[in-house]
Amino acid sequence: MSPDAYLSLASILFAIGAAGVLLRRNAIIAFMSIELMLNAANLAFVTAARAWGNLDGQVVAFFVMVVAAAEVVVGLAIIMTIFRSRQSTSVDETSLLRW
Amino acid sequence: MTFLFWILATLSVIGGLGMLLSRKAVHSALWLALTMMCLAVLYVAQSAVFLGTVQVIVYTGAVMMLFLFVLMLIGVSAADSLRESIRGQRPVAVLVAVALGATLIAAVGNALDFSVGLQAANAEYGGNVQGLAALMFGRYLIAFEATAALLITAALGATILAHRERLFPRQDQRTRSVERFRSGVHPGQRPSPGVYARHNAVDVPALLPDGSAVPDSIPGPLRARGTVREIDATATEEVLDRLVGGAASDTGGER
Repeated sequence: MSPDAYLSLASILFAIGAAGVLLRRNAIIAFMSIELMLNAANLAFVTAARAWGNLDGQVVAFFVMVVAAAEVVVGLAIIMTIFRSRQSTSVDETSLLRW
Repeated sequence: MTFLFWILATLSVIGGLGMLLSRKAVHSALWLALTMMCLAVLYVAQSAVFLGTVQVIVYTGAVMMLFLFVLMLIGVSAADSLRESIRGQRPVAVLVAVALGATLIAAVGNALDFSVGLQAANAEYGGNVQGLAALMFGRYLIAFEATAALLITAALGATILAHRERLFPRQDQRTRSVERFRSGVHPGQRPSPGVYARHNAVDVPALLPDGSAVPDSIPGPLRARGTVREIDATATEEVLDRLVGGAASDTGGER
């Protein structure tokens, strides 16, 4: 399969993730959408690695995975802390810092 | 290969849309796990064997389980509110997402119309994992070390965020018991509701020896609903008469 088809698939998945961040009010689902966007970027990296014929793209995708794992740990801990004090995970509730 | 790609691409897009459109967060997590599994197979199909394995272990194994853990801690029933907080935000967001997808496909979707293939790169050090290791511990060594620092910082941050200071001393059974007796409220169990010859129901209050009702003997929910039955004075009298009269005649008969 040509790399273009893989890149188009990655674009579609990235757009779905962006739509999730824009549309969903539940912080956890917005977070999952971010994960989907990171995965789409990873697919593009792996595809580029195959197209160019070197492994640098795969190394970068590996680093993206590590950063995503660290981000999930801290992000979910923050969501837990917010839930503990506000009994809600809706991103609309956390508007205390709004002007 | 083409067949495999189209099946997996369809499945992963279905998984993404399912995550986007599910009302419940648990369903979203499961749909996302499907997408990640499909992506893992697509990695392997593009001769990224190591990344495919790591995708299954790290994403579907660890990250999605972490998501499910937090969902279970927070409460599965917490459905998303469908109220729009900014008017007209939803159609605009859909429009923006579609436009973003179209732009990305147009801009990046035909950037790589060639494919060198990874056979030579993978064969250079004897395999995909060996080639990745050569890069990771060679040219990308500094980034790899920084990754270690990042992971330790993330673990420390999560520990600090999840930590809770104890503001009050721990309550054990003894202190709770002392507290209960000191509060002045009746510490024992409540009297049971009335059981008479005529009534055997929880909505009838118990009677004190002087004939007055004990409101506390009715269960709280019934009192809140206001479905407590009044004591039928004539019925009580009748039962009392019969009991006393019968007792009198019985004792009279014996004597």
